[in-house]
Amino acid sequence: MTKTAERRPEPETAVPPVAAPLRAGSPRRRRLADQARAYAFLLGGLVCFALFSWYPAIRAVVIAFQEYTPGSKPEWAGTANFSRVLHDPEFSAAWRNTLTFTLLALLIGFAIPFLLALVLNELRHAKAFFRVVVYLPVMIPPVVSALLWKWFYDPGAGLANEVLRLLHLPTSHWSNGTDTALVSLVIVATWANMGGTVLVYLAALQSIPGELYEAAELDGANLLQRVRHITVPQTRFVILMLMLLQIIATMQVFTEPFVITGGGPESATVSVLYLIYKYAFLYDDFGGACALSVMLLVLLGAFSAVYLRLTRSHEGDL
Amino acid sequence: MSTRTLISPATLGRPRGKALYWTVFTTVVLLFALAFLFPVYWMVTGAMKSPDEIAGTPPTLVPQHWHLSGYTDAWDLMQLPRHLWNTVVQAAGAWACQLVLCTAAGYALSRLRPVFGKVILGGVLATLMVPAQALVVPKYLTVADLGLLNDPLAIWLPAAANAFNLYLLKRFFDQLPREVLEAAEMDGAGTLRTLWSVVLPMSRPVLGVVSVFALVAAWQDFLWPLMVFSDTDKQPISVALVQLSQNIQLTVLIAAMVIASIPVVALFLVFQRHIVAGISAGGTKG
Repeated sequence: MTKTAERRPEPETAVPPVAAPLRAGSPRRRRLADQARAYAFLLGGLVCFALFSWYPAIRAVVIAFQEYTPGSKPEWAGTANFSRVLHDPEFSAAWRNTLTFTLLALLIGFAIPFLLALVLNELRHAKAFFRVVVYLPVMIPPVVSALLWKWFYDPGAGLANEVLRLLHLPTSHWSNGTDTALVSLVIVATWANMGGTVLVYLAALQSIPGELYEAAELDGANLLQRVRHITVPQTRFVILMLMLLQIIATMQVFTEPFVITGGGPESATVSVLYLIYKYAFLYDDFGGACALSVMLLVLLGAFSAVYLRLTRSHEGDL
Repeated sequence: MSTRTLISPATLGRPRGKALYWTVFTTVVLLFALAFLFPVYWMVTGAMKSPDEIAGTPPTLVPQHWHLSGYTDAWDLMQLPRHLWNTVVQAAGAWACQLVLCTAAGYALSRLRPVFGKVILGGVLATLMVPAQALVVPKYLTVADLGLLNDPLAIWLPAAANAFNLYLLKRFFDQLPREVLEAAEMDGAGTLRTLWSVVLPMSRPVLGVVSVFALVAAWQDFLWPLMVFSDTDKQPISVALVQLSQNIQLTVLIAAMVIASIPVVALFLVFQRHIVAGISAGGTKG
């Protein structure tokens, strides 16, 4: 923002005098007309932001401290919503699941795409094919991926167990087992979202100057040393960005548990967002739902702030 | 083309390097086919199996008989034409709203110097810090208060509050050469006329990126339409699929899943070059 402001010369001196006589009225009235026009262009967007972004953010905080039933007058409830939500046995389960999910998604959905991008960057053939194929699952609607994997995990004729049988391995309960359900969902999310990460890594890898590798090779650095001392430091910023973005995205997981497991078995896959949904639409407890939303908001807001700060400072370097 | 990467061209040129390269290449092709293409193949052909065949073990790799009835049944029984139409209406409206309102607002913030412009831009950017999904409940209550439940406007208007697209457009407008806009103004073109016949034709690439992402996002959205469309007849295909998945034959459901994916996958295959380039560029620039 500041950059563009600097680039612009002072408006008074920049407006060519030729344009002035075209418009009637005093400069002051003209300035008013300019402002009116600017706000006419802004109005639609501003209304949408106000109604569907700014107001709901304030409202979440307000309702979190209210007893709220649609249609009747809300009443102040103090911290009752928070204590009710905190005492819900599903509360700790939901947070534990969400954090485990996020952590597992980072471990799986982070190392694999990086290695994949590393290998893809070395391949000199069929480049377009790889890029399209890896991104294909991202384009398939998330609901369809979730239903597809639900079918794969089916204990009867599901593909997942058939593959295990084919390899003479013991079968698994997959999304139907208390121990395996969460991991099963992480696999779905990774499969469905990996493409974007791989593409961004690829772009980052391509921006590494080739001379660095040449110099390192002349110094006798082997393959692993080159990865460690050149590739990783050169892409560190992108890695960090994607990690933060992924944390923010996976903390809001909803579709996979909702469609595949319904939060079960025994709350093993209830996520925070799923619990928010349950409070609002199953228990009709909007106060509780908003109290939970505020907690999620604060945590993710902190992550987002770090992300924005890092991108801002990085842009400043360029 | 031949930019130096991790492994030097000289190493790859040697017989051992060549052999290793082609081994890795074949492995990756097979891996990709298995991991990403096979599930899609399994879905498309699964819908053509008979109900007995799809439930049988071990599963068949190729359908014994190719039935198209799965697809036709899905089309008729699950009322796919209606749900597809709902999705098209919702996605197209969301796209139009986003394009018109974000372009206008982005242009105003970039070129028309409104007072409090910086405050407004700050407010817009602040919403990037607030994860959208965490606010669905108060957003739902607001939409309910406005009487927009079960109305496509419940999808269209919130879609316009897209800070990312607005910022993208504003940044693009910032970089347009000043002289061109001043020349248009001197020729007596009004603001709207300048925007329409000078700025927008120059902005085709960014408008394309914004359009594709707006359409895909609207097509794939699930939680928000699930909340605002309780009326089955108004639901988009993503919500309808999940609602109907409980009590429908597996082959029919799978066929419906394939049909639901075709429009976005087709859009992707047509615009893949631009989409892939857009993601790569967006990612590295932060």
